[in-house]
Amino acid sequence: MSGDTTSPGRLIVGRETRPKMPPYLKLRHDAGRGRWVLLAPERVLTPDQTAVAVLQLCDGTRTVEEIAAKLAEEYSAPADVIGKDVVDMLQDLADKGYIKG
Amino acid sequence: MTEELKGNGHIETLIVDDEPTEGVVGKEDATAELCARAPVGLLAELTHRCPLQCPYCSNPLELESVKNELTTEEWCSVMRQAGEMGILQIHLSGGEPTARKDLEDIVSAASEAGLYSNLITAAVTLKRDRLEDLKKRGLDHVQISFQDVDPIMAEKIGAYPGATQKKLEVARWVTEMGLPLTINAPIHRHNIQNVPRYIDLAVELGAQRLEIAHAQYYGWAFLNRAALIPTYEETLASIEYVEGAREKLKGVLTIDMVVPDYYAKRPKPCMGGWGKGFMNITPSGKVLPCHAAESIPELNFDNVKDRALRDIWLDSEAFNAFRGTDWMKEPCRSCAFKEIDFGGCRCQAMAITRDPRNTDPACALSPYHNEMVALAKKEAAKPATEFVYRNPRNVAKATETQDEPLVPAE
Repeated sequence: MSGDTTSPGRLIVGRETRPKMPPYLKLRHDAGRGRWVLLAPERVLTPDQTAVAVLQLCDGTRTVEEIAAKLAEEYSAPADVIGKDVVDMLQDLADKGYIKG
Repeated sequence: MTEELKGNGHIETLIVDDEPTEGVVGKEDATAELCARAPVGLLAELTHRCPLQCPYCSNPLELESVKNELTTEEWCSVMRQAGEMGILQIHLSGGEPTARKDLEDIVSAASEAGLYSNLITAAVTLKRDRLEDLKKRGLDHVQISFQDVDPIMAEKIGAYPGATQKKLEVARWVTEMGLPLTINAPIHRHNIQNVPRYIDLAVELGAQRLEIAHAQYYGWAFLNRAALIPTYEETLASIEYVEGAREKLKGVLTIDMVVPDYYAKRPKPCMGGWGKGFMNITPSGKVLPCHAAESIPELNFDNVKDRALRDIWLDSEAFNAFRGTDWMKEPCRSCAFKEIDFGGCRCQAMAITRDPRNTDPACALSPYHNEMVALAKKEAAKPATEFVYRNPRNVAKATETQDEPLVPAE
């Protein structure tokens, strides 16, 4: 069901998408808790290390393909597996309004 | 909301709502990890002064006078302490926070302390240059309330002429400046049929979020319940509509919904648990576990003028009073849901049963539940009563009107 939504303005994340974080999403290192947090209107998100690595590469110029390739190299993991994981994660964030194309 | 909280394997989401009854909501592990150090959200009621007089105002009946308000330096100190202790989000509210001429200094202090700041405003007196200045100082998010989408009814509810036009103007400035915008829609019997139009309005204004906030019946709203409470059928229809719209507007608009617990079977996990992830500071500096906690007469509240914020969080009598589950009586004590809903809301238990340790009567297991629901349904079926507007003149009247408590079922 949820995959069928094609509302106007919904970003469908693909390998050619150049994702970026909107200005109201703030990725901050919380020194007191020793972890990264994402701050958004009335939300606190708790990204794991993989999510932080992806988000730090979402600068609006790199494509999802390039992000996956870079991470595959850094973590010596298969690019297609990472690519799918990155697309899924970014689509989830886009549907919550936290990633723009 | 539940779908949003599912997470995606890499990121968990916590809701840090300004709606005082919602508080912090999220998966247990993520919530526990963040809240172990400090509350994640702080609601700062900078003043009780307000140009609007909405009859469901969440402020207490006894409004704080301007001469008792904290000074600029005291509020800035609160912001610094909040940042140091690990609070992440600050909701600057009131009353009307822009009634404070030093709001700029408070926003600067919040920003320097690393807090994510949210201005909760009626917007009717906000000037464009002031908003620009607040943005420059690091304001992160603006929330504007609309009393109705229909300007005539909106004026009647807030008792402020020309409110809607002014609010629309400010909402457009917010999005033009690239600030994220939330529209707050306080819902009751006079505007519940306009929920779809609120959603259209939020999309048209380019808001990121819409709060469909059904009135919660404490304080002023409790006093005005017969003037406000919608029917069960209207309530269900509005909830269904919102759920459909959420799906359709995925990625475009986030819709948060606070439903009226009178019509629920289970109580809401009020504040996400007492003293668990959220705190509230009144205009005079009292630190409360929730905005309505002063309605519980046995509690004593520490003040930021006398004690460090972190000490108050960890050790104050009021925060420890209903933390965890040890304070519970039956049927909460042996209930399988006691760590899920924490027995519901202490203030509602106080208001309806006169004992804050009782199960929230919103719970179907409460012996007061059926009578409370019957009363609400009866009120909703009758023509609406006149509003008792929230203003200093009505305070005396409001505080002396004390209905007889309900009688529990045998």
